[in-house]
Amino acid sequence: MTTSSASSEAAQTAMIPQREPPVRRRGVPGWLRQNLFSSPLNSLVSVVMLVVTVMVLWPLLQWAVVQADWLGETRQACTGEGACWVFISARLESIVYGFYPESEIWRVNIVFAMLAGVIAWLVLPRLPAKGWMALFALTGFPIIAFFLLAGGAFGLMPVPTRDWGGLMLTLTIAVVGIVGSLPIGILLALGRRSSMPLVRGVSVVFIEFWRGVPLITVLFMASVMLPLFVPSEVEFDKLLRALVGIMLFWSAYMAEVVRGGLQAIDKGQDEAGMSLGLGYWQRMGLIVLPQALKLVIPGIVNTFIALFKDTSLVLIIGLLDLLSIIQAGLTDPEWLGYAMEGYVFAALVYWVFCFSMSRYSQRIERKLHTGH
Amino acid sequence: MSEATASRDNGTEPMIEMTGLNKWYGDFHVLRDIDLTVQRGERIVICGPSGSGKSTLIRCINRLEAHQQGGITVGGITMTEDIKRIEQIRRQVGMVFQHFNLFPHLSVLENCCLSQIWVQKKPRHEAEKLAMEYLERVQIAEQAKKYPGQLSGGQQQRVAIARALCMRPEVMLFDEPTSALDPEMIKEVLDVMVELAREGMTMICVTHEMGFAKTVADRVIFMDQGQIIEEAPPETFFNHPRSERTKLFLSQILGH
Repeated sequence: MTTSSASSEAAQTAMIPQREPPVRRRGVPGWLRQNLFSSPLNSLVSVVMLVVTVMVLWPLLQWAVVQADWLGETRQACTGEGACWVFISARLESIVYGFYPESEIWRVNIVFAMLAGVIAWLVLPRLPAKGWMALFALTGFPIIAFFLLAGGAFGLMPVPTRDWGGLMLTLTIAVVGIVGSLPIGILLALGRRSSMPLVRGVSVVFIEFWRGVPLITVLFMASVMLPLFVPSEVEFDKLLRALVGIMLFWSAYMAEVVRGGLQAIDKGQDEAGMSLGLGYWQRMGLIVLPQALKLVIPGIVNTFIALFKDTSLVLIIGLLDLLSIIQAGLTDPEWLGYAMEGYVFAALVYWVFCFSMSRYSQRIERKLHTGH
Repeated sequence: MSEATASRDNGTEPMIEMTGLNKWYGDFHVLRDIDLTVQRGERIVICGPSGSGKSTLIRCINRLEAHQQGGITVGGITMTEDIKRIEQIRRQVGMVFQHFNLFPHLSVLENCCLSQIWVQKKPRHEAEKLAMEYLERVQIAEQAKKYPGQLSGGQQQRVAIARALCMRPEVMLFDEPTSALDPEMIKEVLDVMVELAREGMTMICVTHEMGFAKTVADRVIFMDQGQIIEEAPPETFFNHPRSERTKLFLSQILGH
């Protein structure tokens, strides 16, 4: 009040010392109050949601765990009160291995173990030489896995792919689909942005063709129509045809996901690479793609998950994957009436795989964040 | 490489020679009959109003932009469509961009090693040693392990200069290197550029920093509407501009 003119020219001479921020409520009660019971309406909603959740979950828990029957060999072991998991455990072998000859199941187990080992190696942050492991996963492993599963060489009994089935088949299709569609998709995405008209044209036609056709149609074409066009002496394996179809179909989706990432990268990045004398593939491989792929990890994993679940469509061309083999089991007169258990189990298996992929992708995203 | 060293030995040959250069963006004539010769060790500042084609001009030197008519020769190599030849030219030409264009997924050190390892095929330890030397010179060596996103604009631009120098280029192109910087960071970048100029590096700078032009330039070039309007030593350029457009431009940027 005294000297307004003086205050408008004042300069702060003393620094204001740094102070602690105001104390936030901590611990469980603090969190509950802040998030669930901050207002009367909020409290009401919280209580209602809690009641609904309990009402839904409790019977489910009762059915699936508390009153369920776990042990036994036949349906007589089931009391009928809760779930009859005996149905699953009794048929576990066919659910996992399909009709793979029992004496040869060790071969599938080795492949499973190798797959788990390779994935663990790539996922666990501590382990060294990830580059070499990735190279092995993409080159050595498929070859070893192929000879182990299909046999017919090194004194291994040949097992035709029509005997493959269950989880093993689902994983084969999913892994081949995932490993194949990503690189093809990246090449297509680069092709679609190429300055060469021919490359661009071919990529666009390819992508738009496969994206415009339902996967079921692709599978039908692969299994029914392809044999009409190729001479009858040439026989393609049905699984192989389905694999190629799935790979090409998903690579088109992958291409569009990757292209989204490529478009988000500033042109200056590529120009900086050019000014350093780097060639096209070096710029793509070292500068553009690492950034673009990182941006679209959610989209890539989304596509992986969709691919994984859509492997179940192979049932329409008579391949017995995890879901269809469980479904086939439901028609067994010995086990009529256990559809619920079968489907819940199938859902759980799919969920475990898809959720793991989702979590892993989130971890990679965090790890690759470099503060820009 | 041998071609480059051979031409370095006969010091009379100009570093960059552009003759009758024309370029269009669609129907728009961005560069009109540009003739420019830059000698080894010469420091050139290009200025002019925005849209006058100055950035386009220096981006033609390392073929970030393709010209449609005329010829460019850099270090004795004549530019053609051939990508091998273009890359040979690019290896002699370092470039610093307005928006730094550092690679955000690589650390500062890796940014500086990239072209040494992949273009010059040097072993990593050698590349890192040279990178650290240049980072030292732009006074940012202590940040070598950080990522570009963790640095200030001025620091990033100094890293970008070091990255370009790591190629051991014959010429450095600067495309408005201080335009995207906060005022208090402009000086730290200009200091590095002045030092570089003192060491005899051939430099072409597109910039509005007239103080820099006065201190280091051998020649100042004024461009407008895709043409070189005036070309003179800084003394003459600033004190006795001949063209009306140059006078107008100077009065606009120096007037306040």
